[in-house]
Amino acid sequence: MGRRIAVKKFGAIVLSMTLMVNGITGCGAKGGTDESQKGGSAGNETITITNVSYDPTRELYEAYNPLFTEYYKEKTGNDVEVVQSHGGSGSQARSVTEGNDADVVTLALAHDITLIEEAGMIEKGWLDEFKGNSSPYTSTIVFLVRKGNEKNIKDWDDLTKEGVEVITPDPKSSGGACWNFLAAWYYADQNYNGDETKMKDFVGKLYKNVLVMDSGARGATTTFVENKQGDVLVAWENEALASVKEYPDEYEIVTPSVSILAEPSVAIVDENAQKNGTEDVAKEYLEYLYTDEAQKLIGENFYRPSNEDILKTFSDTFDLNINMCTIDDFGGWDQAYKDFFDDGAVFDEIYQQ
Amino acid sequence: MKKKERSVLPGFGMTMGITIAMLSLIVLIPLASILAYSFKMTGAEFIELITRPNVVQAFTTSIGCAFVAALINSVFGLLLAWVLVRYNFPGKRLIDGMIELPFALPTAVAGITLTKMYSDQGAFGKFLENLGIQVSYTKLGIIIALIFVGIPFVVRALQPVLEKLPPSLEEAGTMLGASRFYTFRRVILPELMPALLTGFGLALARGIGEYGSVIYISGNSEKQGTQVVSYIIMQKLNSGRVDYEGAAAIALVLLVISFVLLFFINMIQIVASKRTKQ
Amino acid sequence: MEREKKIKNYQTENPWVPRLLIGISVIFFVIMLVVPLFEVIYRSLKEGIGTYVNAVTAKNTLSAMRITLLATVIAVAVNTFFGLCASWLLTKFNFKGKHALSTLIDIPFSVSPVIGGLAFIMTFGRMGWATPVVEWFNETFGTDIALVFSVPGVVLATIFVTFPFVSRELLPVMQAQGTAEEEAAALMGAKGFTIFKRITFPHIRWALVYGIILCAARAFGEFGAVYAVSKARGKTFTLPLEIDALYMAGSANSITQAFAVSSLLVLLAIIMLVLKQIVEYRGKRNS
Repeated sequence: MGRRIAVKKFGAIVLSMTLMVNGITGCGAKGGTDESQKGGSAGNETITITNVSYDPTRELYEAYNPLFTEYYKEKTGNDVEVVQSHGGSGSQARSVTEGNDADVVTLALAHDITLIEEAGMIEKGWLDEFKGNSSPYTSTIVFLVRKGNEKNIKDWDDLTKEGVEVITPDPKSSGGACWNFLAAWYYADQNYNGDETKMKDFVGKLYKNVLVMDSGARGATTTFVENKQGDVLVAWENEALASVKEYPDEYEIVTPSVSILAEPSVAIVDENAQKNGTEDVAKEYLEYLYTDEAQKLIGENFYRPSNEDILKTFSDTFDLNINMCTIDDFGGWDQAYKDFFDDGAVFDEIYQQ
Repeated sequence: MKKKERSVLPGFGMTMGITIAMLSLIVLIPLASILAYSFKMTGAEFIELITRPNVVQAFTTSIGCAFVAALINSVFGLLLAWVLVRYNFPGKRLIDGMIELPFALPTAVAGITLTKMYSDQGAFGKFLENLGIQVSYTKLGIIIALIFVGIPFVVRALQPVLEKLPPSLEEAGTMLGASRFYTFRRVILPELMPALLTGFGLALARGIGEYGSVIYISGNSEKQGTQVVSYIIMQKLNSGRVDYEGAAAIALVLLVISFVLLFFINMIQIVASKRTKQ
Repeated sequence: MEREKKIKNYQTENPWVPRLLIGISVIFFVIMLVVPLFEVIYRSLKEGIGTYVNAVTAKNTLSAMRITLLATVIAVAVNTFFGLCASWLLTKFNFKGKHALSTLIDIPFSVSPVIGGLAFIMTFGRMGWATPVVEWFNETFGTDIALVFSVPGVVLATIFVTFPFVSRELLPVMQAQGTAEEEAAALMGAKGFTIFKRITFPHIRWALVYGIILCAARAFGEFGAVYAVSKARGKTFTLPLEIDALYMAGSANSITQAFAVSSLLVLLAIIMLVLKQIVEYRGKRNS
């Protein structure tokens, strides 16, 4: 039990650890990029692209990536590995501007992609690069209620009734939550003919009924479905359908009379794709979303396919008669933020009453 | 007291160099970026931001809940440390070993688990609900989460001091006819005070900035005052209007609070170690 | 032995007091620590052992495990080296600003992990001011190092949150030991490293191992700071991030998987804590 031995051993451990550190800095730096620099040329190589997306698309892209990989292999002979990244849409967009090496982004709202554009990483005019405002799929806002719908919730005005507990995330920290707010606002607009005092009063009452305000849409779903809080979850249609599929005996969907057309957008992150030499494959990756096979897959994953014909084949799944406004009715995202969600705007006003 | 003259020991320059270099690289330079970002605001903007009702409320909630949790931890931490040092009972080693579990369990896992347990669907939650107490999605929930993350700080600060405290001290008190509680209050507690304050301070400092374990259980309601400071920072970053300056400014206030708390803790320890040396 | 007897005497005086105190402590301990732990284990096994095994051997889990262990090993190595230097400096010498320095070292202890992550992004992120320096380095040396959203970024964030763990364990021990022995050795002409090896090290050996274990335990579990700089699942995710991803996937099955992976972390934590117990026991016996 010599002290010297202990010291020697200790030194050896430290030394071997230091060696490992050296090893890491060599291989730890972004595996895959070396090969992908040659991406596009034919041959048997693996190209890696990163798709930075938001929370609810996990299952969709888990299913889509193998489909695309197979297609691309057949077409070019190259293998593609798609690295997925998911999180709240706003924070995902921010991570790209902070250096998250995304080749493509597939986010919840055009505004989040605008943030990346403003950082100079995506060229202007991206919205028209792909069909339908660069939205290969759309969704809308619906209600998820517990089986039996005890509180008899049918439309937005039922959410303002006393004793109804609503779960919806915080629009100040989640892009998805803004859709919920705007859909409710649109309903109020229709019913009070634009009388702003009454509209504020209506939406104010609705938000008074909010029991738990999570930081993001996924957190809200967890609170409602897993922790069983509240009577009604104001949710993305795709999330609501997925929950019903997962627990068919516990939940049902209520489609309100009016809602909002949510257009999740996709774009190539030009700066990164150029640097990684993945422009072609990135473009191919997003374009392939519009093919019939992919559109069908999209419908199966509860997003509304942008292809009208394929959408019709899913008429059992989606209520195609719902009256939907779009973000343009609010003057675009920038205006909507100014009017509703910035500090001191409408949301603060009604919430702090 | 030969403190002023040069030490005969070698390595001053080298260790000073390494310490400063590593400290700067890993801690100070990154934290300085926060300082730099918050300086992009003018003084008036800074004041306006940190006096906004929701920001003030978040600080009140964070500091208040962390304070209550640290107090509760001081009481139970003292009890646990005392029991672990003074008594023998089955399972003692197990308890002793598991005290640091909150360090090792990811805060998000802790938060999710606690939320479930204390919501009206969980075992504890149901029981407490019958008593008319709601825990999840209230300040009480935040306090529970902070007790969970803070308990090792107090126990581990007290244990070594208690171990050095001779039982004869209490015996003397008891023999002199003092009541046990009196002995404890007048003889033992003063001895433990520096360690107790250290543990309290560390638990408090950790609690004020806590995010992962709190975020699920708090419900983040501005109206019920359950938004914590870390949540406000994330809100600034994750909203459609990314506000780095605002986030940095609030972070800076938190950093200053941490530094002041830690500085006090260090001072307490220095004073205490001087006292024991005399 | 002597002390043991005293404790015994002391205990027999008022048999109900210790029982009461132990009782309260155990109840508190069970409610606050044991029940959450069992909740994790119970939920991880809810869907049967097959799901559990699948979850812990999934490709992403294994990758996350590798990154977690890597980050932990490096963080421990770096912080041990730092801890030894810093505690030597802070206990063997007196200089101006000593208290401020030791407080600065402790900062990561209490800093919100949210702030830690933000700080790294603001420094090394795409718009961070240190990024040109990193780019220059990469160009000059032909490397391709990224300090955020990469494995080195994860490692750096882990080092940050566990920075003071070793030095904090060493400081009180070295403080108590004083400088007399080392000074004597130095006057007799011993060299720096010899003094450390022969005189200081034996005193601090157990504190050092204890610090290392705590540092490792904390490194496994870090979520907040790492979350800010790691976004690619299966590439740069650590176990806590993988758990979060599984949990946030939202299906009943993935939530069970999340708890299964959590139980891995609990297991790692328990291994570390058992090691710590052994170390403490040996440390006490030796002293």
